[in-house]
Amino acid sequence: MAEKVGVYVCHCGSNIAGMVDVAEVARWAGKHLPGVAVARDYKFMCSSLGQAMIEEDIKKENLTRVVVAACSPHLHEKTFRRACQNAGMNGYLCQMTNIREHVSWVAVDRAMATEKAKALVAAAVQRVQRQQPLEPMFVKVNPATLVIGGGIAGLQATLELADAGYKVYLVEREPSIGGHMAQFDKTFPTLDCSACILTPKMSEVGQHENVTLLTYSEVEHVSGSVGNFRVRIRKKARSVNEDLCTGCGICSEKCPRKVVDEVFEAGLGTRKAIYFPFPQAVPRIPVIDRQSCIWFERQKCGACKKLCPTDAIDFHQKDEILEIEVGNIIVATGWKLFDCKRIPQYGYGRLANVYTSLEFERLCNAAGPTGGKIVLRDGKTEPREVAIIHCVGSRDVKYNEHCSAICCMAALKFGHLVREKTRAKVYSFYIDMRTNQKGYEEFYQRLLEEGMIFVRGKVAEVTDAARKPSEKGKLIVQVEDTLLGKQQRIPVDMVILMGALEPQADAKELGLKLGISCSMAGWYIERHPKLDPVATMTDGVFVAGACQGAKDIPASVAQGAAAAARVQGMISKGKVIIEPVVASIDEEHCSGCRVCNTMCPYNAIEFDEEKHVSRVITALCKGCGTCVASCPAGVITGAHFNNEQIFAEIDGILWDAVSGRDGEGARAPAGTAAAAATP
Amino acid sequence: MKYAYYPGCSLEKNSAAYDISVRAVAEILGIELAEIDDWNCCGATEFFSQDELVACSVVARNLALVEDHLRQVVAPCAACYCNLKKVDQLMAEHPHMNTLINEALAAGGLRYQPGRLRVRHLLEVIVDDIGEAAVRDKTVRSLEGLRVAPYYGCQWVRPGADVDNPEYPMKMDELFKWLGAEVVDYPVKAHCCGGHMTQVSEAQAFELIRRLLQNAVDYEADLILCMCPMCQLNLDGYQHRVNHFFGTKFNVPIVFFTQMLGVAFGLDPARLGFGKELVPALPVLQSKLGAAPASA
Repeated sequence: MAEKVGVYVCHCGSNIAGMVDVAEVARWAGKHLPGVAVARDYKFMCSSLGQAMIEEDIKKENLTRVVVAACSPHLHEKTFRRACQNAGMNGYLCQMTNIREHVSWVAVDRAMATEKAKALVAAAVQRVQRQQPLEPMFVKVNPATLVIGGGIAGLQATLELADAGYKVYLVEREPSIGGHMAQFDKTFPTLDCSACILTPKMSEVGQHENVTLLTYSEVEHVSGSVGNFRVRIRKKARSVNEDLCTGCGICSEKCPRKVVDEVFEAGLGTRKAIYFPFPQAVPRIPVIDRQSCIWFERQKCGACKKLCPTDAIDFHQKDEILEIEVGNIIVATGWKLFDCKRIPQYGYGRLANVYTSLEFERLCNAAGPTGGKIVLRDGKTEPREVAIIHCVGSRDVKYNEHCSAICCMAALKFGHLVREKTRAKVYSFYIDMRTNQKGYEEFYQRLLEEGMIFVRGKVAEVTDAARKPSEKGKLIVQVEDTLLGKQQRIPVDMVILMGALEPQADAKELGLKLGISCSMAGWYIERHPKLDPVATMTDGVFVAGACQGAKDIPASVAQGAAAAARVQGMISKGKVIIEPVVASIDEEHCSGCRVCNTMCPYNAIEFDEEKHVSRVITALCKGCGTCVASCPAGVITGAHFNNEQIFAEIDGILWDAVSGRDGEGARAPAGTAAAAATP
Repeated sequence: MKYAYYPGCSLEKNSAAYDISVRAVAEILGIELAEIDDWNCCGATEFFSQDELVACSVVARNLALVEDHLRQVVAPCAACYCNLKKVDQLMAEHPHMNTLINEALAAGGLRYQPGRLRVRHLLEVIVDDIGEAAVRDKTVRSLEGLRVAPYYGCQWVRPGADVDNPEYPMKMDELFKWLGAEVVDYPVKAHCCGGHMTQVSEAQAFELIRRLLQNAVDYEADLILCMCPMCQLNLDGYQHRVNHFFGTKFNVPIVFFTQMLGVAFGLDPARLGFGKELVPALPVLQSKLGAAPASA
């Protein structure tokens, strides 16, 4: 083989050079590896000087192949391919090998790390000489976008895109958009009314000409890839004909079946069996809860159907399956509240006047079950002392390690509302106060001045076991005040538990459909925690809002807008590069057995009935190699990963990595012996 | 099912009622208890702060004495249970201690391989191994009408936190629901009884005991069920002193859960050790369960 290989070993400052003898790796590669014409090490290979060095060598030394031993190809493969292209070499003739994440960051012994780096470089040098030039392909980007989740993050993303003139499908699983924000009374730190700032956005989305709103719907299946996704959506049966319904509400008014509303009213209020989740619901089309409806129970009643002026009630409506095509997907599925019953010593579910934060939001909401009056469960008594417990299920290794980010501020907001609406004393039991966004610390100061009482300590228990006559009939908060260094028992009438924000229960399931992954806790993982916070490892799929990690409204809105901006960038570019690393089938030798058709996870293989052969749809192929391995005839080739290349890489890595100890001369590619033995 | 049985010192004398009722109930449920031959004291709480190695070796001797073919050891006393489990875990996690303890055991011709035995409390065995169906099957006298307050104390749930919710245990609650009793869900059921604090600071100990009794009375419990001799001793034996100290009038019978289990299984209360408690339980049983238990 007459290839001339250039080997470039990066120090990455001290990231690699601190654990690997980079100069030695370069020296050794230049001296011992067949085909290597140039081998250098350099402080920062990704810098413009480093790139220029490679480009110059390609031109001067007539290099035909380049190996860069540095960080993960995720970070800089594009950089070095571009550098090679600038010098007139095909980018796919450049190979990166990872001696940072795979070597220096995980090794503890310098000598062994250096040997491992040599083995990896040898593998890359062997492999690169067998690589072939490839040309990237382009596909058009479908300008329509799917947004999953109609909370504030999803609404923001939807509006940004729709206002820019692009088609958006917004899928929401509840009967109305609005999300958790629709349940809140006030928003911190400005105390503006949550509904007042949210509902205009909701109705705008509802009426927008570029938005197709799919409420009471869920994503069932996603196929295709960036630029061209196909999505199957299940539109659950509302039992109401959306085209006929005028939203007059007479059905809900006359419905005789009342049930506890566990979703919007957090169990504090009731709704009918046919209902709007809340008065400003968008779309203003009711839904029948078939579990509770008398007609579905025993084919009786039918009051709604009899009274509907437009005959829109349809008891026989079935779930509808829609297939849509979009270029990009924004996931904004939000959060769920921690189940406070998991901490039994706080008494939720056992002691009547222990509330969750969401319950309290409804309690002080003017549109809520008490009309905004802060009263105990008996519906009339105003509390005289209220305790707010922070970090319930957050910052606790037994439940969730993360900080839920919003609870300190929400607790301050609650404190303010209690002080405003009642004469009650309010206690906050906190571990640390975290008020680190714009205007937040000022709000904390305001509450200090308003007389909210702050006790630093994790509450041990909330109990009704009175020890003194003064505690009788009260809820007693037992806590160590860590600033005083004393145990305190504080009798109160009402306790509010600031439950943790948790990922949605089915976040992992949706992640699987979309090909994006979740952290151990269940939050979606962004492409880079600092530099790419809304993209994911799957091109064309973006995340926004609390599904990526607990966050408040301003942060969710910012992420929704950021994700929309990224999508707009994709749309205005109009095309995406498709890696030419794809499979191809040698049609002449294909027997048409169709094994590969079913194996392909991306539905990228079609069957030509006429010629009786299988064919790869290049635009859909992800180059995973499943079909290559499954073909009984061995006639499928994975470009950039063909057998010759992979075996060469293995040969390289199997070079006796420790033989340096008994003389360098002993090194030889493992493959030379193996290749000789195999005909 | 056969288990090694470690009664512990308390069950020989001041908690004899526990031992008697444990054996009676086990027999009915088909739990075969093979008492460890020549067992010794578990060291209680004090010994561990004196000399840890000696204390652990003393406990490990009991584990080492268990017959080879047995894999589980049952201790009805929460303190014994805790010590046996603690030493087994310590030996598994600290190879150095394991070596030292086994050297000590070797002097007596014994050795113990940590993890060989699983240490169980009798309550776990009854609820988890025997289970609801079998317990219901053996119940001939429902405890309906009797309000019982299960009291767990700290030593069973707290150290391992692997047998029940350490802050709010429920196993005994469950068991007594199977028996038909009205189970009082009172909040202090896993609070401390004071342990040996009665010997050090009466005022502190009596306050802890008072809280438990007061809460049970507030929740209208007819009696408190114990699963630990120390708890039973403190609540029962010191009840009159607590009354004297605070001017209260508590009169709450404190019995072992196995005694009430025996009543539900139709056993003669005399065979279950009733009458050994200082605050008499039989009058309560007679008034709440209707027909006077036989021969009482």
